[in-house]
Amino acid sequence: MNGVDRMTVADGGTAGIAGTALLTVRDLGMTFPGPRGTLRRKAGIKAVDGVSFDVRPGETLGLVGESGCGKSTTGRMLVRLLDPTAGRVDFRGKDITRTGQRELRPLRSKLQMIFQDPFASLNPRQTVQQIIAAPLRAQGAAPAAIRREVRDLVGLVGLAPEHLERYPHQFSGGQAQRIGIARALATRPELVVADEPVSALDVSIQAQIVGLMERLQRELGVAYVFIAHDLAVVKHISHRVAVMYLGRIVEIGDKHEVYGNPAHPYTKALLSAVPLPDPAAERVRERIVLLGDPPSPANPPGGCTFHPRCAKAQDICRTEPPLLQITTAGGGRQAACHFPEA
Amino acid sequence: MTLLEVNDLAVEFNTPEGFVRAVKGIGFTVERGRTLGIVGESGSGKSVTSLAVMGLHRGAEVTGSVRFEGTELLGAPEETVRKLRGRRMAMIFQDALTSLHPYFTIGDQIAEAYREHHGGTRKAALARAVEVLGDVGIPEPARRAREHPHQFSGGMRQRAMIALALSCEPDLIIADEPTTALDVTVQAQVLELLMKIQQDRGLGIIMITHDLGVIARVADDVLVMYGGSAAEQAPADTLFTAPRHPYTRGLLDSLPRLDAEDGEALRSIPGSPPSLLNPPAGCAFHPRCPVYAATPSPLCTGERPLLRQVAAGHQSACLLDGVTV
Amino acid sequence: MTGFLIRRLLGIAATLLVICAVTFCIFYLLPSDPATQFCGKDCAPDQIALVRKQMGLDAPLIVQFGHYVLAIFAGRTMGSGQYAVQCNFPCFGYSFQSGRPVWDLMMDRFPTSASLAVGAALLWVFFGLSAGVLSALKKNSWIDRTVMVGTIGAAALPVYFTAMILLYVVVTVLGLIPYPRYIAFSEDPVGWLRNLILPWITLALASAAIYARMTRSSVIETLAEPYVRTARAKGLPERRVVAKHGLRPALTPVVTMLGMDLGSLLAGAMITESLFGLPGVGKLFADSLSKSDQPVVMGITLLASFFIVSSNLVVDLVYAWIDPRARLS
Repeated sequence: MNGVDRMTVADGGTAGIAGTALLTVRDLGMTFPGPRGTLRRKAGIKAVDGVSFDVRPGETLGLVGESGCGKSTTGRMLVRLLDPTAGRVDFRGKDITRTGQRELRPLRSKLQMIFQDPFASLNPRQTVQQIIAAPLRAQGAAPAAIRREVRDLVGLVGLAPEHLERYPHQFSGGQAQRIGIARALATRPELVVADEPVSALDVSIQAQIVGLMERLQRELGVAYVFIAHDLAVVKHISHRVAVMYLGRIVEIGDKHEVYGNPAHPYTKALLSAVPLPDPAAERVRERIVLLGDPPSPANPPGGCTFHPRCAKAQDICRTEPPLLQITTAGGGRQAACHFPEA
Repeated sequence: MTLLEVNDLAVEFNTPEGFVRAVKGIGFTVERGRTLGIVGESGSGKSVTSLAVMGLHRGAEVTGSVRFEGTELLGAPEETVRKLRGRRMAMIFQDALTSLHPYFTIGDQIAEAYREHHGGTRKAALARAVEVLGDVGIPEPARRAREHPHQFSGGMRQRAMIALALSCEPDLIIADEPTTALDVTVQAQVLELLMKIQQDRGLGIIMITHDLGVIARVADDVLVMYGGSAAEQAPADTLFTAPRHPYTRGLLDSLPRLDAEDGEALRSIPGSPPSLLNPPAGCAFHPRCPVYAATPSPLCTGERPLLRQVAAGHQSACLLDGVTV
Repeated sequence: MTGFLIRRLLGIAATLLVICAVTFCIFYLLPSDPATQFCGKDCAPDQIALVRKQMGLDAPLIVQFGHYVLAIFAGRTMGSGQYAVQCNFPCFGYSFQSGRPVWDLMMDRFPTSASLAVGAALLWVFFGLSAGVLSALKKNSWIDRTVMVGTIGAAALPVYFTAMILLYVVVTVLGLIPYPRYIAFSEDPVGWLRNLILPWITLALASAAIYARMTRSSVIETLAEPYVRTARAKGLPERRVVAKHGLRPALTPVVTMLGMDLGSLLAGAMITESLFGLPGVGKLFADSLSKSDQPVVMGITLLASFFIVSSNLVVDLVYAWIDPRARLS
């Protein structure tokens, strides 16, 4: 990628207002070491490659894609659970990819994460009180203040004060996820990265958690990076959406543009593949059924990585990787396609 | 003759935590060429129901009636049921990676089922395996038949699972969350395949899922289960356009939809699905029910409500049906 | 596959070299002087010095170590002039006690230890697996409970206690067989069997109990696997479901454990051999240790390490043969 191209790619779908971004991600990449060969390791696996986007204060950016597309790896790099092998992440104007753990600590309290499996991420030997108090204690707050704060937080996420002395296994999945959210919010973060926060929950409980997250955003002004494979949930909660395929963002922009008028053939196919809870609509719906499975990131196709499954693929798609750029489809949305939908 | 007729099916078993009544008297029928969707959340009893129909729920007390083409299966000798299993009624499980045997090749696993029911040589059975693998759209079936499940991608594995189910030309297929572990683009392929096979061969299908979108896509009739009981049963179109049971209505309202108007808030159902160990008295849904909350009635905490006719072909198990909030 | 083998063999060589170095250092640091020991109590200081020189003990540690390792593969001439002794491949030096080559000593004893280990292993595998499978298939029945109580007891018995009881009951009270002494198989197969039966039982009892418990839980776990349910859903008879689809994966971890156990037993079961006075490698080790016969102790340590490390490789290969997922693509 040459310097001129990078200018286009690197502005992350927020042309002209980059100065207001809370989180700026540029050319982020993660290459996992390959399997061991006889003498040396085989080529690494590019799980994430050249990902750039911005998150503004108080907004929700949805990150969607199928398994293996790199969305979770991206999320983990945003909070430094993984160290990226390329690119940088600026949070509140400070590069956090190269900061030491000590310097990172004050920033980390403003940058939290919620996980898919609420039980696996809660210490089973701690009470709810202890779990939620932990990040506050790490900040050195006074015991009385901590107790008051924890009570407030528990109320905020819709649990009762009597829940405080219980252990995680005494809760249902939905309640456990509320505890995870309360813990993430304890340090009053400005950004929360939520990795599949509702996909392990029953449908009726998903709506509770999505509703809770939306209310908390309104009340506290927290921004979310919401990572999920469920396109309907992402549409509901997000302001802007990035669609990932094989480690790259193939389309990013305002949710209405991306969902209403997708520019990338993959986005279009993805949306048409989701069955609607409406039998009459399902019978007449035009469906693009993609052939085959998503290819393995260990052995990605050349050129545009989507070309083997794309109905519009031409010769150029097999050789030239397309750049993420503004398309003729309108709006500020960007797509990485040689022949975007108009 | 009706392909499958289930009446008053109940499944009870002991768990280390205590006695569980997982299914409490449900009934449905499946006709050839039609798909019954069974939808429910965790603990609704939908998967237990499918295992009980196949006679696979081991260590459980199963009562009621399961008639396959008029033959009663509950209480029938194990040998009778075993000869129907795999041959006339087959099952597709959710996770093909753990449901296929890791040690044997895909071809061997399919051939084994075919030989069990049709006899013949190992070679002929393997040829049949290659044929059905081709039928379900696996490229180079002869080569792939010699591979093991872990060498298949998720979508291909689920196709192999479907091929296994189809190998003996069954009349009924029970698919338990067959696409839940798959990506949405692969799910679309698998659902397409199932519908095409059904059209070609006139199969009866029971599709068990928590995904109302999948139900809308494939089901002709729908049974909604909650806490081990039937909550509502209706033709698919009716169920989605005119749901009667407060649980079905709540479920549809709480669903984020791709086709929703912007800014439409989700109306979630409060609380959690009931515990099987300690279920609420009366209607299992009453602690979460908005209708009960608005007009509490002793009816709801008394008897367990049964399905009642509310319109032609439409049944709902709500004692407060007709009460509007 | 070839690459995998090469990497594993290199790994084995490296492991053995490290073990060799560590044992070598330990003996070097011990206060006792090998030259004094070899020479005998009445040696004058100048005689000891000569022995030192002959044994190469005057060289720096690293050089001595180099000689030792090299000798294993290439043999070595010890001493010089009229005292020169040619130690042939594989040379582990000479015993201080008997003056015989360590390798010959070990190989004399090896058939005894191998007889003991293999025989015991056959016993414990047969009884452990049968009891475990039976217990699992009849879960929560009286058979299961009996097996589980019995195996707890058996696993808790110390080897010397088992040996004492067996000897007392079978030899002293019942007089079924004479007190065991080792007879080579080539000499008298029946005598060999009669004399090894008690050591076998002694060595096998605790292992059989542990294998039974492990097999039971492994079989129960496997029979609950989704792929066993699929086998039933295919309409296979229950016998076939269990035997073909259930037992093979259930016994895979048992194979792993057997490889390890057998590997560590081949170089001698020290306690059992000593208890029954069997002239095995284990007894040789115990005797040499008490007399600070350094070359013998080192030789046996290396032999044992070799068996353990290579059984590890064998287990991996067998595993790959059983479970296709473990094969390298």
